Amino acid sequence: MSRQNINIVIGGAAGQGLATIGTLFSKAMTRSGYNVLVLQKYMSRVRGGHNTFAVRMGVDEIVSPTDEIDILVALNAETVNLHRGELAEDGIIICGDDIDKGDVSGLLIPFNDLASKPLFYNTVALGVLGSVLCQDICYFEQMLSEAFGKKGNEVVQANLDVLRIAFDWVKAKEAVYDCLPVPQYGENKLMLNGNEAIAMGALAAGCNFLSFYPMSPSTSIAQTLIGKGRGLGLKYEQVEDEIAAINMAIGASFAGARPIVTTSGGGFALMVEGVSLAAVSETPLVTAVVQRPGPATGMATRTEQADLNLVLYAGHGEFPRAIFAPATVEECFYLTHRAFDLAEQYQTPMFILSDQFLADSYQSVDVFDLDALPDIAKPMLTVGGGYKRYELTEDGVSPRLVPGFCETLVRGDSHEHDENGRITEDGENRIRQNSKRLVKGCGLWQDVIGPDYYGEKGADLVLLCWGTTLGACLEAAEQVDNHSVGVLHFKQVYPLREEQFMEFLEEAGEVVAVEGNATGQFARFLAQETGFRVGAYVLRFDGRIMTPQYVLRGLESIL
Amino acid sequence: MANIDVYGEFETSWCPGCGNFSILKSLKEALAELDIPPHKLMVSSGIGQAAKMPHYINCHMFNGLHGRSLPVAQGMKMANPEMTVVCVSGDGCSYGEGGNHFTAAIRRNLDVTLLVHNNQIYGLTKGQASPTTARGHVTKAQPDGAASDAFNPVAVAIAQKAGFVARAFSGEPEHLVGTIKAAIEHDGFSLVDILQPCVSFNKINTFSWYKERAYILDNHDETDWCAALMKAGEFPDRIPLGVLYRKMEPHNGDGVLLAKHEYAKSDLKELLQSFA
Repeated sequence: MSRQNINIVIGGAAGQGLATIGTLFSKAMTRSGYNVLVLQKYMSRVRGGHNTFAVRMGVDEIVSPTDEIDILVALNAETVNLHRGELAEDGIIICGDDIDKGDVSGLLIPFNDLASKPLFYNTVALGVLGSVLCQDICYFEQMLSEAFGKKGNEVVQANLDVLRIAFDWVKAKEAVYDCLPVPQYGENKLMLNGNEAIAMGALAAGCNFLSFYPMSPSTSIAQTLIGKGRGLGLKYEQVEDEIAAINMAIGASFAGARPIVTTSGGGFALMVEGVSLAAVSETPLVTAVVQRPGPATGMATRTEQADLNLVLYAGHGEFPRAIFAPATVEECFYLTHRAFDLAEQYQTPMFILSDQFLADSYQSVDVFDLDALPDIAKPMLTVGGGYKRYELTEDGVSPRLVPGFCETLVRGDSHEHDENGRITEDGENRIRQNSKRLVKGCGLWQDVIGPDYYGEKGADLVLLCWGTTLGACLEAAEQVDNHSVGVLHFKQVYPLREEQFMEFLEEAGEVVAVEGNATGQFARFLAQETGFRVGAYVLRFDGRIMTPQYVLRGLESIL
Repeated sequence: MANIDVYGEFETSWCPGCGNFSILKSLKEALAELDIPPHKLMVSSGIGQAAKMPHYINCHMFNGLHGRSLPVAQGMKMANPEMTVVCVSGDGCSYGEGGNHFTAAIRRNLDVTLLVHNNQIYGLTKGQASPTTARGHVTKAQPDGAASDAFNPVAVAIAQKAGFVARAFSGEPEHLVGTIKAAIEHDGFSLVDILQPCVSFNKINTFSWYKERAYILDNHDETDWCAALMKAGEFPDRIPLGVLYRKMEPHNGDGVLLAKHEYAKSDLKELLQSFA
């Protein structure tokens, strides 16, 4: 039997190395040519607890994580107890021979026989898993060589020996699982997670300044930027708090840097006054907000889509902005790049609104095509006479001069100011400057990326979603019986441009909003903007990512 | 030396007799003596009467949010290390709202000069206690007297071994000019806490109150940390003026001009392949 795809869940305690096994495995599979999508669930602690690393993979594209487990790799007994019930009918368990896997079929690994010391147990597990799926050992050997290369040849060789023993041990036994179909050898692919893709999208856009305060689940954007960018001249600072982060980025931007600020809901809440500052001083700024459940501290390592309202309305006063909500790792890259371009063009705050699921979700993607990216707008470094920083123009955009490279002086101001950046309380001037800033919103509106519609127009049912709920909707849509189902997905959630999508909503039999929050924030916002009200909601706010099964269960009571 | 006129003359919103006038004039004189032209100077400020100062100088300026002048100034300096970056704000902005940024800036040690107009009261909001208001000082908002101890900014900065810590007084303009010059010339973070009367809202710490207590330091070893702390601790009985503490240490933040910085596409492609 050839399977469309399989879902492998590696479970254990924090500190057991499941993320190491998971990433090495996922990367080996990506190099073999498979499509991979990772779902990580972990507790907010460094040791212990219960964590899982799920790898869904197949020859065809994988759009969503799933609840059903085909192969459960249990690093401890708790994993068997917690997840046995999620196994598919023909699912198997792979675990140590000291664990009771019950009457489920699978493999009991004699770790003590296959490896000389516990240090190598993860390599055994990796080898067993690869061999069960009939994979070529060479990609696994590559991964181990790269992972342990820094520790010297001896360590590499010891791991390679153990890997070979594990592979051979499985081969000598009766097959416990169907071999995976062999993928067409494709193009060179990358494997990275959403946060890494945001970081790379930023670098591709010329981002050369980062100020941040660590906060799960956003931190790995900053760490990736630093790790990859510092050798190329990126300047970075881990600052005292989020308020410093956004203000420092604004200062840097004013002086010619191209900054990003990275945070999560709680940190962003602290930054909000700075958002207003960027807007009134017309200083380009991109902020990435990686959502986790709130309110307040909420659940640090879980996922949710409940900060849309916060980002939509962040900042006092009125000013334009744009908000991008990527659904995939690929969109993280391209939308971040676009956000930088728009930030410079319109000199107003831009947001990437992601979440913990996407932050930690490794996905195999085609290599991002840097040559195809549009050029990013740039400020001026020199200018002739008569320059006015906040000059009134038809489209509201004033030419931006970076101070310090010619004798013309540049004034940025948080107060209402005149065209020269001088503080003033004149009423007429206030109307002119405030209107000038707001008019930039028209350009942003022209540039909106419309939603994607999947399925036939006028379907019985349209699932309305944004950001990371797309995959679950697409997969669920294929499994609804006796109804035609369409999916309308917004990757830019603000501003909205009605002509791009109203027909899909109006011609639908019923529209159901599918969101990772408790109140249907996007559907409500859509109603406020367009007057269109959805018929029903499927909402998830238990801190877990939307899955196709969850959507289907929700639809049962609606259809 | 630059002509002081290049920094311009502007109408201000300050009360007649305000110490800000003397500080503004002293800053301009220091800049002129250091020969820093307006287009090589970036001034960042927060909110308050003092924070309006950059509007009254010809220079590159960014007048940001209350308490946030230091993060902006440090961002500017990191983006463009060739600029002289001066941060100007009051005691509320610098030590209250921006207290966390104050201690972090000392530790970070970028080449930024912080001038604090310290009048021991909130002027812009009309007379409430500031972090440097003395305990017991009665105001409209503290009718039973300020209940907290006053913040001693120079003592805190010295305790943290900031690179350059000085105190000055708007009523000693000549000394103030010299102190500002030394602060700007210092390679690293420098603080000048400038005492000034608020003629409208502080009826206790008046010009004569400062004048009676202030004296210019003589024979003080700026590199002696313990002596510096002792001097800082004399406030409010006596007010030593001058450089209290100085320590030369390599500062952070040099490097490329980010406005001219670009990545090579080949480098970016190589970075992407690290994810293969």
